[in-house]
Order: sequence, then structure tokens, then C-alpha cells
Amino acid sequence: MEKTTPMVEFKDIAKIYHNNTAVEKVNLKVNHGDFVCLIGTSGSGKTTTMRMINRMLEPTSGEVFLNGKNIKEFDPVKLRRKIGYVIQNIGLIPHMTIYENITLVPKLLKWPEEKKREQAKKLIRLVELPTDFLDRYPGELSGGQQQRIGVIRALAAEQDIILMDEPFGALDPITRESLQDLVKDLQEKLGKTVVFVTHDMDEALKLATKVVVMDHGNIIQQASPTELLNHPANDFVKKLIGEERLIQARADITTAQQIMLKDPVSITLGQPLKSAVSLMRKRRVDTLLVTDDDGYLKGYLDLADLNKYNRVTSVSDIMITRLFKIYTDTLIRNSAERILKQGLRYVPVIDHQGKLCGIVTRSSLVDMVYDIIWGGSEAEKDESADSTQGGEVQ
Amino acid sequence: MAKLNLWQQFWFYLGENGNYVLAQFIRHFLISIYGVLFAAIIGIPLGILIARHRKLSGFIISLANVIQTVPSLALLSMIMLVLGLGVNTVIATVFLYSLLPIIKNTYAGMQGIDRTILDSGKGMGMTRFQVLYLIELPMSLSVIMGGIRNALVIAIGITAIGSFVGAGGLGDIIVRGTNATNGGAIILAGALPTALMAIISDFILGILQKVLTPREASINK
Ligand SMILES: Nc1ncnc2c1ncn2[C@@H]1O[C@H](COP(=O)(O)OP(=O)(O)O)[C@@H](O)[C@H]1O
Ligand SMILES: [Mg+2]
Repeated sequence: MEKTTPMVEFKDIAKIYHNNTAVEKVNLKVNHGDFVCLIGTSGSGKTTTMRMINRMLEPTSGEVFLNGKNIKEFDPVKLRRKIGYVIQNIGLIPHMTIYENITLVPKLLKWPEEKKREQAKKLIRLVELPTDFLDRYPGELSGGQQQRIGVIRALAAEQDIILMDEPFGALDPITRESLQDLVKDLQEKLGKTVVFVTHDMDEALKLATKVVVMDHGNIIQQASPTELLNHPANDFVKKLIGEERLIQARADITTAQQIMLKDPVSITLGQPLKSAVSLMRKRRVDTLLVTDDDGYLKGYLDLADLNKYNRVTSVSDIMITRLFKIYTDTLIRNSAERILKQGLRYVPVIDHQGKLCGIVTRSSLVDMVYDIIWGGSEAEKDESADSTQGGEVQ
Repeated sequence: MAKLNLWQQFWFYLGENGNYVLAQFIRHFLISIYGVLFAAIIGIPLGILIARHRKLSGFIISLANVIQTVPSLALLSMIMLVLGLGVNTVIATVFLYSLLPIIKNTYAGMQGIDRTILDSGKGMGMTRFQVLYLIELPMSLSVIMGGIRNALVIAIGITAIGSFVGAGGLGDIIVRGTNATNGGAIILAGALPTALMAIISDFILGILQKVLTPREASINK
């Protein structure tokens, strides 16, 4: 099994019911270790496409290959035992214990009892459920716990590839999120290949290494999440991604220049301290950036220091030269955390020559981070404009 | 004897003919059971078959329905024409009457199973037969048992008229009572055990049905 042959490959796959075309023409490669999310509106052919991998459906035309071998050459039953399968309604068998459910495929494969028991214990620990759950029945578990079992059941016979059809669709948002984390974690840790059907763009973007957008039985675009966000193929994809997420994605590529305030309060090196003090008072700030006469950033002044050195006369004598600065083309995403953690109220932005261009304030960063985390357009920037340059003196 | 009231006469009759009544009771029960058992042997697979091939279901169920609408005495007589007098005729009648509830319930039980459970069973690599005995049968057993319970109660009633074709059973005692002057007590000695048998069978099978009820498949409990 070479790693260069794709795990799954669709070649010109079509599936037609009477006069209804479920899948028109699909060409798709799923590589080893890929997390492929099929996404699209309802009826776009996602489920149909996925179910042709484990021969739950036979294509009308075209071929599907598993590790380079045409799946028609497999016995369907044996093929399915090699492929994990998780569906939305979980499909745990209600009259079987959790243990029996987890070890169902191993049982079909006639594993010895001891090996099954060991596997069940290992897996249930993997999803952080107590081992005494093994003796319970599915009905005694919560929906989220049941789907955890559903997920490990699909791994029980060491399947390399797992198919999931909207597995978390019926769960509440918090449970869903924790299961997404779990699946992503397992997939990475165990090196599994996953084909995952969803209609939830957040889910796809979070989980996928490759997002496959489908519409009317065709693939519209296949790309990594970042690529999809930054270069949606057409309006359909844009609409599917949604305005908000595109804005957010833009935030991801925002540079300091784009969010900086252009007119920072600054003073030149040669000025007397007196004018520094009056400027501070006038602009109600407690620090001043210091530049030379050509506008190159040299350091900053702190109000606290001014009091100590009231006999010194020039700005250059007491300015602090060590300061954290960013460049105009610095990606905010990369420095936001550092700025916020260090408790800086603002950072000066310079160009590559060292000229002061503006400042990025803590509050504008906070706004952006909120947007990224909560996708909130609700967090309107209603904060006062004087959240600039240390305006809010503690 | 005339001085005794009906109940005293009844107990007296039972005391004198206890063994006879018991023998008829057992015979009656066995006739019913055989008929229902054969019906289950044929009806359950038939129900499974039509659940898988739904096009057949309309035809098979309406056929069983037609049988059910024929009055039992008429059906009994018709079968007698073929099988002659005797116990086989009654068993055959019971068999035919039991088919409908058993087929119908098997079909309903199979239909009632959550498709997604079957789908995931198949998707995990169960053969058709494994899906049947690991999922479908356990999950529809209680509904099938309900059909058998229905059938058995009906069967006990039908067996009671089986004495007309000379099959014996508690019906014999009832007929004997109707032929005797002042035979009320004898009729009771046949009728009461018949009723009792029906009630007890229904009760026991009811418990069995409950025991076999699968755990709920709900995902959000
Ligand atoms: N068994 C079937 N018979 C006829 N049409 C079907 C069948 N299964 C799916 N379809 C049709 O095929 C299309 C794609 O279905 P599906 O793959 O389930 O979509 P999705 O999973 O993207 O919501 C839909 O229009 C659906 O109605
Ligand atoms: Mg679907």
C-alpha cells in the first residue's frame, strides 16, 4: 500500500435514480490522512457520494477505487467491515450493551473475546467515558455520550477510513463542539482518513483538511479551508460560506496598516519636557511616542517618569528606547496575542525604514479578536474614539 | 340434584368429572397451541418476507384478511369437507385464523424498526441474515409476540366450537350440557375453563411480551 495512491478515488461517478440525478459527475481523491468534508445544501448529493464508498449504493456509472483497487472487486460485506461508518442518528443497537455495540464489527470478524474486551476498554477510555458504561444500554446514555460510542464503534476494528454522515447534526451546540474536537483529535492522533458529510460550514472549516463543495450532484470546489475562504470559486460558494465568515477570514489576513490609527500623538527628540507635559495634558494621554525630526520612531515617554526628572530639560534625556513595535505589513493575527498578553495599551506601527506610521490600540485588537472568536458582527465598534493611545489611564 | 343451585351443581359436576374436564382442558389447549404454532412457523417468515418485499404485502395481508372474515363455523365446515371429521380440521382452522394476526404483527414489527439502525448495521458489514437475527428479530419480537397472543385467544374460542367436528376439547362439555335437561352447570363446567384458559394465556403472553420489549432507541433521553 503505497502512500501515493489515494485512499479513495472517484472516477467519473454518477448516480441516477429513474429520472432524478443524485450525483452527476464526481471526480475526487481522498488521500491517506485526509479529513475531507463534503458540504452543500440538502439534496446536493453528499450522502449519495459518500455511500458509494462502502457500496451501500452502487454508482450508475464510473468507478470507485480503494487504495488503488476497484471496490467492485471486494465483497461488499467484507469491504464494509474495513470502513468505519457513523450516521446522524447514531444507529446504536438498543438491545445490545455498549460493549456489544462497540465490539460489533470485531465480533463479525470473529476476534477472540479477550481481544474484543481489551479493545472496548481502550476505546472507551479514549473518549473519556468510564469503563462501567460498557455494561449499560444505549438508552441509558445521553445523546452526546451515545455519539461518542458511535464514533469509537467505527474505529473498533482498526478501520483506516471512516465515513460520517452528519454525525453531530442532532446534538446541541456545546456537545457538538466537543465531539468535533474529539473526532479531529482522534483523526490526527490515530492517522485515520475521514470522509465527513455536513451542511454546517463552521464544522467543515474546523475539521477539514479538504473541503469539497457540492451542488446539484457536482463538485463546485475542492480546497483547503484557508484557500476556500480566501478564494471562493464563485458566488455559490461565497453564499455557502456566508458574508460573516468571509469578513472573519479577511480579519485573518488583516495587516497592522489596515487597522492602525494614522495620527498618533508624538513629539520630537529636541522638544523641551515642558511641551511634552502640556501635549500630554492636552491630548489626555499618559505616554508619548518620540520621533526624530524626520519622523523615525526613537522611543517613548511615560508620564510617571516625567515627575521624577523634573529638572531634565529635553525629551531625549528621559525617553525609553526599548519598545515593542510592529511593521505596517505585520499580520495582526500573528501579533495580537502577544500584544494582548503583555498588557500593552497600544503598539506603534512603523514601516521598514523605521518611520512611525501609526498605532494599533488594544481596543481595536480586542474588537478583532472578539470577531474571530465569536464571529460577532454584533460587537459593533461602539467603543469611544478616544480608546486611542492610552486615553484610558488606569 | 334439583335442590342444588347452579354453582353447587357446578362444583358437584367438577368433583365427579374432574379428570374428564382436565383431560378436555389439556386437549383443548393443545389443539389451540398446535394451530397457533403452525401459523407462527408459516406466518413469521411470511411477515418477514413481505416486510422486505413490500409489493407483496398488500396481497398477502388482504388474503389473510379474507380468511379472517369467513365465519368460523363456515370455515370449519369447509375444511371438514377436505380433511374430514376430527382434530386435524380444527387445528387447520385455528391455523388459518391465526395467520392474520401473526403475519400482520410480524410485518408491523419489522416495519417499525428505525431504518437508521438497519442502515448502520448493514453499513458496518452485517450480512442480511445477521441484520435479521441480530437486529430485526430481537427488535420486533415483542410485537410478534403480541400477534401470537391475539392469535391464541382467538384460537381458544375457535377450538371451543371444534367439538362440532368431533375434535373434543372443552367444547365437548358445553355441547353435552346443551343436550342435557337442566345442563346449565355442565355448560359452565365447559365454558368457565375455556374463558379461564383464554384469560390466563393472554395474561402470561402479555408478561412475555413486556419482557421481550426492546429498550428504547431514543438518542436523547
Ligand atoms: N433512493 C433514492 N431514490 C430517488 N432519489 C433519491 C434517492 N436517494 C437520494 N435521492 C435524491 O438524490 C439527491 C441527492 O440526495 P442526497 O445524496 O441524499 O443529498 P444530500 O445528502 O446532499 O442531502 C436528492 O435530490 C434526493 O432526492
Ligand atoms: Mg444527506
